[in-house]
Amino acid sequence: TLPPPQPPKNPILYILHVCSVISRFTPEILRKGIHGDTMTENGCEYRERVLTMDTMNPNVKRVEYAVRGPIVQRAVQIERELKMGIKKPFTEVIRANIGDCHAMGQKPITFFRQVLALCSYPDLLEDGKFPEDAKSRARRILQACGGGSLGAYSTSQGIEMIRQDIARYIERRDGGITCDPDNIYLSTGASDAIVTMLKLLVSGEGMSRTGVMISIPQYPLYSATLAELGAVQISYYLDEDNCWSLDISELRRALQEAKKHCSPRALCIINPGNPTGQVQSRQCIEGVIRFAAAEKLFLMADEVYQDNVYADGCKFHSFKKVLFEMGLEYSEKVELASFHSTSKCYMGECGFRGGYMEVVNLDPEVKVQLTKLVSVRLCPPVPGQALLDVVVNPPQPDEPSYDTFIKERTDTLATLAEKANMTQEILNQVPGIKCNPVQGAMYTFPRIHLPPKAILEAKEKEQTPDMFYCMKLLEETGICLVPGSGFGQRDGTYHFRMTILPPKEKLKIVLAKIKEFHQHFMAQYS
Amino acid sequence: MMSENGALPLRGKVLTVDTMNANVKKVDYAVRGPIVQRAVQIEKELKEGVKKPFEEVIKANIGDAHAMGQRPITFFRQVMALCTYPQLLDDNKFPEDAKNRARRILQSCGGNSIGAYTTSQGIDCVRHDVANYIQRRDGGIPSDPDNIYLTTGASDGIVTILKLLTAGEGRTRTGVMISIPQYPLYSASIAELGAVQINYYLNEEKCWSLDISELQRSLQAAREHCDPRVLCIINPGNPTGQVQSRQCIEDVIRFAVKENLFLMADEVYQDNVYAEGCEFHSFKKVLFEMGPEYSSKVELASFHSTSKCYMGECGFRGGYMEVINMDPEVKAQLTKLVSVRLCPPAPGQALMDLVVNSPQPGEPSYQTFIKERTDVLSALAEKAKLTEEILNTVPGISCNPVQGAMYSFPRITLPERAINEAKAKGQAPDMFYCMKLLEETGICLVPGSGFGQREGTYHFRMTILPPTDKLKIMLNKLKEFHQKFTQQYS
Repeated sequence: TLPPPQPPKNPILYILHVCSVISRFTPEILRKGIHGDTMTENGCEYRERVLTMDTMNPNVKRVEYAVRGPIVQRAVQIERELKMGIKKPFTEVIRANIGDCHAMGQKPITFFRQVLALCSYPDLLEDGKFPEDAKSRARRILQACGGGSLGAYSTSQGIEMIRQDIARYIERRDGGITCDPDNIYLSTGASDAIVTMLKLLVSGEGMSRTGVMISIPQYPLYSATLAELGAVQISYYLDEDNCWSLDISELRRALQEAKKHCSPRALCIINPGNPTGQVQSRQCIEGVIRFAAAEKLFLMADEVYQDNVYADGCKFHSFKKVLFEMGLEYSEKVELASFHSTSKCYMGECGFRGGYMEVVNLDPEVKVQLTKLVSVRLCPPVPGQALLDVVVNPPQPDEPSYDTFIKERTDTLATLAEKANMTQEILNQVPGIKCNPVQGAMYTFPRIHLPPKAILEAKEKEQTPDMFYCMKLLEETGICLVPGSGFGQRDGTYHFRMTILPPKEKLKIVLAKIKEFHQHFMAQYS
Repeated sequence: MMSENGALPLRGKVLTVDTMNANVKKVDYAVRGPIVQRAVQIEKELKEGVKKPFEEVIKANIGDAHAMGQRPITFFRQVMALCTYPQLLDDNKFPEDAKNRARRILQSCGGNSIGAYTTSQGIDCVRHDVANYIQRRDGGIPSDPDNIYLTTGASDGIVTILKLLTAGEGRTRTGVMISIPQYPLYSASIAELGAVQINYYLNEEKCWSLDISELQRSLQAAREHCDPRVLCIINPGNPTGQVQSRQCIEDVIRFAVKENLFLMADEVYQDNVYAEGCEFHSFKKVLFEMGPEYSSKVELASFHSTSKCYMGECGFRGGYMEVINMDPEVKAQLTKLVSVRLCPPAPGQALMDLVVNSPQPGEPSYQTFIKERTDVLSALAEKAKLTEEILNTVPGISCNPVQGAMYSFPRITLPERAINEAKAKGQAPDMFYCMKLLEETGICLVPGSGFGQREGTYHFRMTILPPTDKLKIMLNKLKEFHQKFTQQYS
């Protein structure tokens, strides 16, 4: 045992020391003193909880997720107030904060829902109302399920037949480049797989702690997960003046800097981008791959918006495809995980939590660990797995459901393209708002110029200036957006992320209201 | 270090077993571990036509009811189909009560679609229904929907709470008390989070009951090297199947209060109670019936799921937890944490709604529903009994009554020679036994070492899920195998 510490000479410190000595012997007195009220509502003695802000996991406290953060909580409150009849300058809250297509009126693909209904209640296989192509897919899926039921656990990596179908889809998409079904892991949305890979990658301590490169702006799943895992976030800035493109020199800068205080191991890229919507050029993707190979970084390619490409001249290039087209020098070396989901594109089936990842060049021993890790949670939701199967195995030209399917898919994607264009045009008419082209994905991330008076008032209120702006917008118009600070942005710049999902007519109104609000805001704070 | 085509030397990878997350390496999950991997391999060999002493692998390793032939509840699947494809609401083949529930669920979904994200805590009306269910189950004790979190199976909720509770370093690192034997989600999660596992042994001689003195012993010992914060209990038990008495539950609650422990009650098998004289008592109910001295103090999280009971809907990943007396600031953190993953699967949420809001007397689907539910539960009860009886006729196998849940966890006596051979192979003796059983009979069980057991004892966990006839055959093959094994190694 150590000898008791000497009391400090400094009088203030001495008093504190005496207090701490007293508290060691009379914790209850002090505790009650600190907490004031000693009686709970039902007259029982106050008792300090086991799980408090002080005793809980500190990493969890650092987690932030703006997409469902404070502004959304206020929006929900306002919705309740409206329901209770409280008068507001608007009649409804418009939730343009989250990429939730169906919630904003987008219809599900008929064929997909038919197959899923057949899988859920196989008695319907006798029902003449369902087309044969839907039935045959349902039968095939059910045959691959334990006991012929969606209710059985699947293998932890996901139903084998579905992984085979996904591998074939990837091969078709990537011009024939081989895909091994054993490298496919189905997941509970893409988020699940992204978290799993980051978890595997995080190790070390202090200077050897894993660093993970992620774009600024980024989808805050990444920052939240890195905070939770206690990994080091390495931010690389996308170039707003060049349509949010990626500069290898900026990657290099960020990496050099980061090497001083952590061990950079992974590079995450979202393409098409969220929140920024840029679709990276093939050249850029090659540059990133070369960079990852040279700097020994594990590549994570978040490609959930791969069908959401709108702008002329833009095209989706999968990282896998580009990697393999660059030849063995790269395709044998670079460790890559690519992610996809049923939540976006033209399906919008967020609630089903369907997704997958393909791992390329993963160390075989690590792969065993990965398989073991996912086995603890048993399996991803089987309805989501089934949905993924029909996504990669949609109606073919000679099948009964083909025409309807193609029409529905085309309509959804064309509408999104229209809305992307419209959004960019209208916002760019507003002095003080500058909107890069929405090349892909589902969001616009315009830059807003805020008057110094507004910035000051925000800081007084201890709010980021764009949160201040968005909160006012919400209170005055009912429009719920997410401030750019939730995604990251260059210091001194402000943005918001808005989805392009509301139906066209409503979107026009939303954009007009934002224009009005912005002008009013500028005038008010000039 | 050359790659296969003799080209450039294999470069050191970024992600290797040396650079990966060290905690993940410590994770083990026996329910889908090495023996299951071997079983899958054997299935492939059988498919390829390789000759074996059996025609099929019987997967009695996992609590997967449907995979073993149990039928889903008709009503539930009807409502799921209606929610999935609402055009069916015009189809007169579906009963009105199914349609009403589907409409109600869809109205609660964004854009009236189960394809929309839900709130992160789960669909409002489902949480209300869950709260009502809990209130009815617990004799009227109120349940606040705001204390309900829907989850991706119960596992998700359990991991989330353990994550919140894990803090500190070295001697102040969070210690988590869990039964031995336990369901290895707990040991796996504790390993992954880097928390400290504190084992308390269930009493095999007394039907796997829980002794407070044992809780006390294990806690005392643990305090020397960690900061015990949580006590986890699985009731009805997995793998052991015991249904704790009300007295025991009260004692555990008193212990948790006295020792300042957060209580986690895993109650996913709450409808799976078979033995005479056994009854499920929810921790919430007992807590509140013990009066405000306890009910205002104990921090409790109770977990339930759509995977077990009579539903067996494992693949839907439906579940919920109810949190009691959680610090409001921590609760805000919890809500924030679950928001990052957006929401649990909407189909699973819808299914949970039906479980807590099943057909009532007077509704068209009631008769069929009751019959199906009763049939499933009584078949399980029958099989629980059958299993216990048959296994207890085998010299060297001793099986406690399967009071509840879905498993038997019999103790097997292994000859010295077998134990030695296992150890020479670097295998746990019960793994050695189970592997041989698998290779010779095609029956896949999980060795007791995967769940934990007292030193020097050996067990296996076997589900009671195969259809009665197949179960009988399986039990007899086991009997035969055990006798042969005992002889071979005597």
